[in-house]
Amino acid sequence: MRQYSAIALAVSAAALFAGCSSTKLDDKPKIDDQPVQAQPQQQADTRTVTPITTTNDTAAPTDANRSVYFDFDSYVVKDEFNPVIQANSKYLSSKKNGKVTIQGNTDERGTSEYNLALGQKRAEAVRKSLAATGVPDSQMEAVSLGKEKPKAQGHDEAAWAQNRRADIVY
Amino acid sequence: MTKHLIRFVALLWLTSASMLAHAQLHITTEGVGNKRIPIAIADFADEGQSPEQISAIVKADLSRSGYFQIIDTGSAMSETSAINYPDWKTRGAFALAVGSVQKLADGRFVIRYRLFDIGKGEQISGFAETVYPDRLRLAAHKIADDIYEKLTGVPGDFSTRIAYVTKEGRVYKLVVADADGKGEVDAMRSSEPIISPSWSPDGTHIACVSFEKRKPIVYVVDLIHGQHPEVANYKGNNSAPAWSPDGSKLAVALSLTGNTQIYLISANGGGAPPQRLTSSYDIDTEPRFSPDGQSIYFTSNRSGGPQIYKVSVNGGAAQRVTFHGDFNTSPRISPDGKTLAYVSRRDGQFNLYVLDLATNQELRLSNGSMDEAPSFSPNGRYIMYSTDVGHRKSLAVVSVDGSVKQAFMNQAVDISEPTWGPFMK
Repeated sequence: MRQYSAIALAVSAAALFAGCSSTKLDDKPKIDDQPVQAQPQQQADTRTVTPITTTNDTAAPTDANRSVYFDFDSYVVKDEFNPVIQANSKYLSSKKNGKVTIQGNTDERGTSEYNLALGQKRAEAVRKSLAATGVPDSQMEAVSLGKEKPKAQGHDEAAWAQNRRADIVY
Repeated sequence: MTKHLIRFVALLWLTSASMLAHAQLHITTEGVGNKRIPIAIADFADEGQSPEQISAIVKADLSRSGYFQIIDTGSAMSETSAINYPDWKTRGAFALAVGSVQKLADGRFVIRYRLFDIGKGEQISGFAETVYPDRLRLAAHKIADDIYEKLTGVPGDFSTRIAYVTKEGRVYKLVVADADGKGEVDAMRSSEPIISPSWSPDGTHIACVSFEKRKPIVYVVDLIHGQHPEVANYKGNNSAPAWSPDGSKLAVALSLTGNTQIYLISANGGGAPPQRLTSSYDIDTEPRFSPDGQSIYFTSNRSGGPQIYKVSVNGGAAQRVTFHGDFNTSPRISPDGKTLAYVSRRDGQFNLYVLDLATNQELRLSNGSMDEAPSFSPNGRYIMYSTDVGHRKSLAVVSVDGSVKQAFMNQAVDISEPTWGPFMK
C-alpha cells in the first residue's frame, strides 16, 4: 500500500501539471450557455430502470416417494432408493405422454453456481437410474436448484442431509 | 422503491450529521488507506436551495474511498470565492473543492464546481452541469469522480451503479442502486430465486438466472424497457451468464450433455445454436471473459476439486490458473486483466482471494465464513462480494490491496449476488 500511495501521489502530481487542460469554468457563467445534460424526465435515458414482475410459480411438491437423498459430496444413488426409482419408472411407463423433471439440490456450503453444477450431477444420477429401468429420455429432464431452494432451513448436518437431495417432480 | 427501514452509518470519518438523516443503506467503513490525501471541501454556496446537499455527497464518496482525509472548511465557498492559499496550506489541505448551486425557473439546477491545488496555488479542474432534481445526486457523484481522478490518477466510480438480489420472506428482487447504495429501484420481482446477475458492458441490460419456471434459465433483463426475454432455455440447466466485452455474446453454462459445460451464445438468444467451448467429463462452469475478449476464465473440477482455468474463445486446450488450495471457484478478472479474484475454501471457510497473474502472489481479502460472488468496480480498485453475518446475507466492499473495507447491511433483508455496473457514458 505504501508503494501504491507513492505512485498515486506521483500520478496526482502529474495530473496537477496537466491541470491546464481541464475544463475551465467561466468566472460569470451565462445560464443560457450551460449545456443541458439532463433529458426531459419523461424520456427514457440509459440509466432508466423499469420494473418487471414475474409470474408466481407455486413451490414444487415434495413427496417421500419422489425424493432421493445423497451422502456428503456424493452423487451416487444408494440402493435404498431403488424402490423410489422403480415406483416412478412404473408410473412413467404407464403414462407414455407423462413428463418428469428431476431437480437436484445441494446443502448451503459452497458457491451458488458451483453448487448448481453439483446439484445437476445428483439430478443426472437419478435420470440415469430411471433410464436404466427403461424410461426414455424424451420423458425426463434433469435440472438443478443448487443451494437456492433448501427444503430444510437450518445450518447444521441434519438440515444439510435433507438438502442433499433430488426430487422427481411431475 | 423499497419500503425497508434502511440506515446509513459510517464509523470513522463522516462528519456531517445531515447525512445521517437522509441515508438509506447501512454502510460501515472499517479501514482506511495508509496514506490519505487531505482535501478541504467547502459547503457549496446556496446548496440549501437543492433537495440534496451536494458537498455532503461529495464528502461521503471521497471518505468511503479510503484515499482522502476530509478537512471541514467551516463555511460555504462558491467557485468565485477568493482562495487564500497560504491559509489552506497551514490547515494541511493538499487540495480544495468549492462550488455553488443555482435553481433555475424551470426547476433545473446549475451545479458549479472547482478544484484547486493548494501547493501550486492554481485551479486544476472544474465544470458546471445543469440537471433536473432527480440527477442532483448523480451530479455530486460526478464531482467526486473528478476529484478522485485528478488527485489519485484513476477514474472515480462513484457515479456508477450496482445491482444485487434481495430476499425478503419468499420474495426475490433484482435491485439496481447507486454505488453508494442510495436510489434503490426494483428491476425484477419474483417468488423464485434469482442468481448470477451480470451487467452488460453498456449498462442498459443485466443477464441473470431465474428459477421462475422451476429450473435455471438465463434471461437478459432490459432495464430501460422492463422486459426480460429468455436467451438460454435448453434442456437441463442454463446458468452463469457472462458478457463479451463488446456486448454481442454471452458465455453460459449448459448441461446439454448431462454434465455442465461452457458455451457461447448470441446475447439476444437468437442465431446459431450454442457453440461448445470446453470439453470435460464433469463440471466446467462460471465463465468470465478476459477484458480483451480473447480468453475465458472458468471453474472446472477436471483435476478433482474445483480450480480456475483459462481457455481461448476459439476453444482448444485449457490452462490451469490456480494452484493454491483445493477448492477455488467464481473467477473474476480485473478490468486491466492483471488480477484474478476468486472464492477459495480454506479450513472450511469460503473467502475472497486475489491472485496477481504476473507474480502468482495470492492475497486473502475477506474473513467471513461464506463469502462469495465477487465483482470488481469499474476502476479496478475495489471488489464487492456477498458475505454472511449471523446467517443474514449482506454485501461488503474491499479494496484490492485489502486496506479499505465497507459493509452494506440491511437488518430485515438478505442481500447477495452483487454485480458492479460499468462506467456510463
